[in-house]
This record gives sequence, structure tokens and C-alpha cells, in this order.
Amino acid sequence: MPLNDRIDFDVITDWIQPGEKVLDLGCDDGQLLAHLIDARGICGYGVEKDPARVIDCIQRGINVLQIDLEGGLNDFDDQFFDHVIMSLSLQAIQNTVGILHEMLRVGREAIVSFPNFAYWRHRQSIINGRMPVSDSLPYQWFDTPNVRFFTIADFETLCADNGITIRELRAFDDNQPITEEPNFLASLAICRLTK
Amino acid sequence: MTTVPQSVGIVEPRRVAFDEPLTLRCGATLPAYELVYETYGELNQDASNAVLICHALSGSHHVAGVYADNPKNTGWWDNLIGPGKPLDTRRFFVIGVNNLGGCFGSTGPASINAETGKPWGADFPFVTVEDWVHTQARLADHLGIARFAAVMGGSLGGMQAMSWSLQYPERLAHAIVIASAPHLSTENIAFNEVARQAILSDPDFHNGHFYTHGVVPARGLRLARMLGHITYLSDDSLAQKFGRALRHGKASFSYDIEFEVESYLRYQGERFAKFFDANTYLLTTRALDYFDPALEHGGDLAAALAPATADFLLVSFSTDWRFSPARSREIVHALVKNRRRVSYAEIPSPAGHDSFLLDNPQYHAVLRSYFARIGEQTCR
Repeated sequence: MPLNDRIDFDVITDWIQPGEKVLDLGCDDGQLLAHLIDARGICGYGVEKDPARVIDCIQRGINVLQIDLEGGLNDFDDQFFDHVIMSLSLQAIQNTVGILHEMLRVGREAIVSFPNFAYWRHRQSIINGRMPVSDSLPYQWFDTPNVRFFTIADFETLCADNGITIRELRAFDDNQPITEEPNFLASLAICRLTK
Repeated sequence: MTTVPQSVGIVEPRRVAFDEPLTLRCGATLPAYELVYETYGELNQDASNAVLICHALSGSHHVAGVYADNPKNTGWWDNLIGPGKPLDTRRFFVIGVNNLGGCFGSTGPASINAETGKPWGADFPFVTVEDWVHTQARLADHLGIARFAAVMGGSLGGMQAMSWSLQYPERLAHAIVIASAPHLSTENIAFNEVARQAILSDPDFHNGHFYTHGVVPARGLRLARMLGHITYLSDDSLAQKFGRALRHGKASFSYDIEFEVESYLRYQGERFAKFFDANTYLLTTRALDYFDPALEHGGDLAAALAPATADFLLVSFSTDWRFSPARSREIVHALVKNRRRVSYAEIPSPAGHDSFLLDNPQYHAVLRSYFARIGEQTCR
């Protein structure tokens, strides 16, 4: 999913140490991995199912594996990766809990970013009787690839219920950090997860 | 670099003789042998743009272009290789070679054994994927190529590309392994065994010395090919191509050709028996069976692939049940474990194992972008 601002790239880069093994799920055209290779010298692999994006990655020289995430991450060993990233894709996956567990099986730590459905402009839209369309939810209801609509608060509950620890959560709106009332004021959340 | 893709045009096979004895994995030594090969494009000054194409069971050195005396004999990967094609011969120097033990001109069972003055026949030693790679390396020496930009192959050819990365890790930058597997499945060996039995039990086989009897075990070869052909396609593609169409519109209650698929298989079998050597078929299926680099590592493929330093591209096809996507993913998994650079594309295709020979747009787009990348890295 395209994200024109790079704020989540910056946050993710902060959390990654030089030379780490990184798996990027739903890596799109490989931009994030290319950035992490430049900035952190990581050993990175992307997983992507869209054939056009796979070709983009190949052109960029990014290691890309065309695998459908709904089938799990059987190809990878337990705790092989230092970080497993899923940037703005979790809401497009059916098996939410399954993929989170898989990420924490193959990775020491998971990094997940997602659009916050409870962002105030989205709430306003619903109050006005319309499904929200915004920079972070850029689709119409009838053509969205998203299948799970959730809020920062929902995500926190899901993690608590499934034994997943949120080590750090950063929230943003319009590239600016949001510290107060993130579930109301932030359009985007990025968090580090461990078991 | 965007022009209408073209053929490499008229090509000519060449032959090179090696006098240095070659000890094979089976223990036998060939005192001398010849390889037939073709090349397309120009080798650049620092010999950094060479791509070796390894052939599968029934392939040959004739990979692209046509022959002056037979303009209908188009190379088996011509849709992929040529000026403006995914493997662009304006940029790369491409080599096709007929493997040792083959039947298209390289030394094989139909060649004369200097010791006896007769065709080798069944006495031709067993050859393996590893042996082929050794002989291909000698061809590379002969052509002045210290390091290939890429070694590429489909199916059994993919096994050779993989083996290259283990036997001569420093001699290739990229291994492109298409519709292949780290070793054959039990079911695959079973299919090979049925095909071999068809040949071995043909009365015209004469224990592999049919040349001196002036016959060919055509029935065995036909059956072997018919069986093989079914496994290279998919249920869907057979159904789509032939359905249950009856040749005469209604049942004629005979064992003649009733259904169109029978006609197709018989035609494929006939054609194959006319040009392919039965002993080569036997040797090659055995080479397939024996290939298993993980065997001496207790089945640990990652340990087996540890010497490989090449970057890898793996491609599989959704309906290929003979070399299924799962088999390619075993290789991907092992390479990731070794932190090797690897990309993997799983191409939706209805055409089964045969897909690797077809002009599938997504498949060719993957190869085109991969070769463009290699071109930027390794050439000029």
C-alpha cells in the first residue's frame, strides 16, 4: 500500500540495528528494504504476492519471495529473523492473529504499522454517515483491499488477549508524532511486538 | 533497449574435442570426448557477459535461432533468447551445450567407442549432473570464460545451475533455477522407472546395443515419451486442449484412436522416437534420479548449499505437479537460511511443468527484469 510520507520508514529504521536479518511482509516495491539496506546494511527479504510489485523488487535488486501470506510462513525457521516487518498490510490480511503469531515465531521482534480506524476524521466521516476515505485509508468501501478495520485500542486488546507484548507504540498524524489521545488523534500507528 | 524482439537468426553448432581424460562420478573414465554447442551474441572484452543455458531431459544445444538447412528447427528456448528478448543477445553472450551422453552430437551412447570400434550402446558410462557441470566448465575454459554472469536452466537444467553454484561457486554470479527441485520426489523416480522399463522391455532394445542390429526401440521410446508428456502437462491443460472429443463423433468400439488426446500422445511419441536415443533417455533419467546434493549432508539442504555464493532466482509454476512450487520453495528456504541473495517467483500458469518453455508474460517479465539487473551489475 503506498505511503507517500516516510515517517514509518524513519521509525522502523530507528528500531533496526546494523546487519540484522529482516523479513518485510507485503514489501510492495521494495522501497523500505532498499532504505534499510542503505541505512543499516541489513540482510533483507521481502514477501509480496502482487506480480507487478515482485518485478519492481527484482528491478531494484531486492530479494523478493512471491508467497501468499495467508498460507503462513512455513518457509522460515523459528526465530531466524531479527525483525519481521509488516508495513500497512495487516488490515488486508484475513488471518490476523495467525500472521502475528507467525511473525513472532520466525522473528525475535515484529514491527507492525496500521491505519487507525478511530482517527477523529474517520469518526467524523462515520457521524456524517459515510465510510471514511483519507490518506491512511485511501480506498472507497467497494474497492478496498482492506478486510479488517480496527483501531489502536482494538489492536492493544487483541495483543493482550493473545499474549503479545507491545514494547513500544508510536502514533502519527500527517507525519507529526501524536502523544496525547492517539486513538483519537493519530491516523497511523507503528509498534514493536514481542511474545 | 526497446525494439521488437527478434530471433538470433541462422545459427551453426560447433564442436570441441577434449583429450584430457574425464573421471566420472560412477568411477569410469572417458579418455576423450566431444561436446557440441552453440553461441549467440558476442562475448565482451572482459568475458563478463556469458550466460550458460543447461538443457533438460530432451533438450539440446540448439537453444535459439534456426538452421540454414532447416528453417523450421527453432531452438527450444527461442522465445526467451534473442535481440530484445528477456535474455537479450545484444547484451549477453549465450551458450547452449549438448550434455555428455546426449544424442545431438556430443559424445554419447551412439558414438563409437575407440576401444571396440563399435557404438558404446549400453556400455556408455553413467553420467550425472555433477559430471555434466564438470564438462561444461571445460567448455567455459575453452571459450575463455572464467566466470558466468549467469547459469540458467529449467527442470533438470535447473539442477545443473544449482550444481554449478556448488561445484564452481566462484565461476558464476547468478544461478537461475526454473521449475526444478533439490532432488526428485519418489513419485518422479517412479515415473522415470516406468519410462525406462518401457524401453528396456522393448525387444528392439537388444540390451542397449540396438545400433548394431540396425533397429531402434521405438515402441519403448514412444511409451516413455507418452507417459512423460502426460506428467509435463496438467489435468486442466489436457482437458482444455482435448476435452473428451471423439474423433468420429461417436464411439466406434475399438482400440484405434477414439479420443483426441490419444492422437496427440501418439503423435508426440512417434515424433520423439524418431530423433531421440533410447540409451540417452535411460542415462538422463538416471542422472535425474541420482541428483541429490543434500544426501551427503544427511538430507540437510541448507548445509549442502552452504558453498554457494551466487545470487539465485527461482521460478516455479502453479500447476507444475512434477516439479511443484513447494520443491522450489525448499531451495529458497535453504538459501535464506544461508543468508544468500535469492528471489522467488511463483507464476500462475495452467500448463504444468511445460510452462517453463512457454511464453508466459509474467514469467518472461520476471526474467527480463532479472537479466536487466544482471546486465547492470556484471557487464560493461
